[in-house]
Amino acid sequence: MSDYIIQMINITKVFPGIKANDNITLQLKRGEIHALLGENGAGKSTLMSILFGLYQAEEGQILKDGVPVLVKDPNDANELGIGMVHQHFKLVHNFTVLENIVLGVETTRHGTLHMDEARQKVMTLSEQYGLLIKPDALIEDITVGMQQRVEILKMLYRDNEILIFDEPTAVLTPQEIDELMRIMRSLAAEGKSILFITHKLAEIMAVADRCTVLRKGKYIGTVDVKSSSPQELAEMMVGHKVDFKIDKQPAQPGEPALHVRRLSVEGSHGDKKAVNNVSFDVYKGEIVCIAGIDGNGQSELVYAITGLMPSTGEIKLNQAPIDHQSIQKRIKAGLAHIPEDRHKHGLVLDYDLQQNLSLKRYKTIEMQRHGFIRFDKVRSYAEGLIERFDIRSGQGADTSARSMSGGNQQKAIIAREIDIDPEVLIAVQPTRGLDVGAMLYIHEQLVKVRDEGKAILLISLELDEVFQLADRILVIYEGEIVAELDPKQTTPQELGLYMSGSKRQEEYA
Amino acid sequence: MDAVYFLVQQMMFFSIPLLIVALGGMFSERSGVVNIALEGIMVAGAFTSILLISLLQSGMSGQILLLIAIAVAIVTGALFSLLHAYAAINLRSDQTISGTALNMIAPASAIYLARMIQPNGVQQVQFTNTFRIEKVPFLGDIPILGRLLFQNAYITTYIGFIIFGIAAFVLYRTRFGLRLRACGEHPQAADSVGINVYKIRYAGVVISGALAGLGGLVYVIPTSTNFNATVSGYGFLALAVLIFGQWKPLRILGAAFFFGLMKTIASAYSGIPFLRDLGIPSDIYKMVPFIATLIALAFTSKRSQAPRASGVPYDKGLR
Repeated sequence: MSDYIIQMINITKVFPGIKANDNITLQLKRGEIHALLGENGAGKSTLMSILFGLYQAEEGQILKDGVPVLVKDPNDANELGIGMVHQHFKLVHNFTVLENIVLGVETTRHGTLHMDEARQKVMTLSEQYGLLIKPDALIEDITVGMQQRVEILKMLYRDNEILIFDEPTAVLTPQEIDELMRIMRSLAAEGKSILFITHKLAEIMAVADRCTVLRKGKYIGTVDVKSSSPQELAEMMVGHKVDFKIDKQPAQPGEPALHVRRLSVEGSHGDKKAVNNVSFDVYKGEIVCIAGIDGNGQSELVYAITGLMPSTGEIKLNQAPIDHQSIQKRIKAGLAHIPEDRHKHGLVLDYDLQQNLSLKRYKTIEMQRHGFIRFDKVRSYAEGLIERFDIRSGQGADTSARSMSGGNQQKAIIAREIDIDPEVLIAVQPTRGLDVGAMLYIHEQLVKVRDEGKAILLISLELDEVFQLADRILVIYEGEIVAELDPKQTTPQELGLYMSGSKRQEEYA
Repeated sequence: MDAVYFLVQQMMFFSIPLLIVALGGMFSERSGVVNIALEGIMVAGAFTSILLISLLQSGMSGQILLLIAIAVAIVTGALFSLLHAYAAINLRSDQTISGTALNMIAPASAIYLARMIQPNGVQQVQFTNTFRIEKVPFLGDIPILGRLLFQNAYITTYIGFIIFGIAAFVLYRTRFGLRLRACGEHPQAADSVGINVYKIRYAGVVISGALAGLGGLVYVIPTSTNFNATVSGYGFLALAVLIFGQWKPLRILGAAFFFGLMKTIASAYSGIPFLRDLGIPSDIYKMVPFIATLIALAFTSKRSQAPRASGVPYDKGLR
């Protein structure tokens, strides 16, 4: 028998205009935890989708136990014992945990569903691997951590022996991440082989045996984690030496710039408020970060402040109430917004770069004459920003926003928002999906804006980013602020306890 | 007491077709395909089956003919709904538009074909109602219940109840039902565990077509003696029943009875002494079912539990 349970040899996959995987080789040993490291767009997900049968490779082959196999669809993958926990869980929200686990491989008797055997098997597996679940609870009622355990049980129930985890920690609190690491180790100890997609070095150091690194679709190398270091892995991932720390002096808070009191937003399902009675201030010259698990009201809070959603309560910008103002008036008052979804709220994708850059400026005197836009001014303005913020694109100011890379799209939005010289800048996950270089650049820009005496409200799901940038941390849980923390005096673990709702500061009770 | 018996017997004529068609709509929507073509499919099913009755009636009559007509209505509806399935599933078209197309083509073709096929060239298809059962042997003699359900009834009423039982069982207790519901809520999840979403959705739409076709016949038989290329908006009323019934069989049953009762009050109030003596103009009574629909939907739509993926074409490429 071959040493390797799965080998992907010289895999090449081409999408229109881009080589997503270029001659990549990945060898997975039996019983190991193998990390697949790379930045966004490095080709990790494509490679795993090929293994799981979602895509077919143009070149190369897949070997199971040394024998070439064809994986045409997820059913083939399942028969080969390959299972996958997708980044976005594939669970039916109004089915029970048990129904979700058996879906697709149901046992029936006389044509009717027979759940007793399934229940027994699931509970046995649950005990064996310490995967605590409630078999009869509905998916929508259980925590994200338990949903992930359901996904893992789905694979185990199908007797899969090769388990793929696609960015499994992105949605978890630090405590849940520790728990997941423990589960992964116990799975490996029972002889399961694990492929673990990530871009977080700490997790690889904590749990993986070996690590394969991809960069821009190419295979960079495979290393033994024990004999490697985070610095070495980071260098392989990015391609040059990286310094993750940015230069940031202590904040010098001044006057309050953004003043929020008793702010509430109705929930979309009518029963529960998405934002419930939230009060806080952001002072000039500081970065306040709202930390929380995705879906705890962060988006709605931002929509309320920026005017995209109706709300009750009080919002003041530099002492002046803005809660009943139109979005345009709020922008004029000095509110800038780097939105969560740059395609939906950040850019008009079919406009070119200069039009996108002037979206918040075209009404000014300089850019208008008798109600007509002065396109020469728009162009020179845009070219100025492109120069200053180093926005790279195929045809400069004429490039369609859609054809730009994510990092440069984000740079364009940041350039536009910073240049309107805001009093308050709201940045929502400003580095989502960006590579390390673009991320550092954006972090530096935000600190620079702060040092110019502006107030910044940052919403982030990445704890690294929270600790990197925040001068103060507010923790949001189920639409309520549950704690205010000083990043210098707290730890990710403590923050996690507040984020998951297991702790709450007295003044916020 | 006679008024109550009369009311219930009449109510069945209206409720059963609503029940059957709404259950059909349930299968389609819970597989993820919105089927507003129910109206058109009812017309198609009613047309072929009534035409068959009209043509064969001289040679045979009674329950056997009705059973044959039922089979024809089911097959017609299933075949006709394939058009919607193909547009919605294979072509990923807007399901409202393809449903509307079916709603328009069905009555138009029914009129055209009736004029072509019938020797006298008229669009109405005449038939004699020889299908009513005065009294079911034995069961009709049960006190109270016998008079309520087993006298002055049609075999289609019992078929309606049987379909209800089977539909609820299939939806909740079989593998097919579980997979169907998964496809309507989260087709990507179903796909990732190896379920063929396209096949399941085809099955859902074809079942809805079969039941809607049958519902067309069941609606026309007790309420008329000719078929004039219309089912008077019953397909749309069935959609309201489906929504009021929250896409769940038992609630659909309740909703069908509720709307049937309203409809009965509208059309048969003159047969009920109490209502007749109130002195309210008949127009008011005729409005009752529609006002009831408005109110009922206004109150229930807020906490509507429509299948999440209903109406969203499934594209394997999008994840």
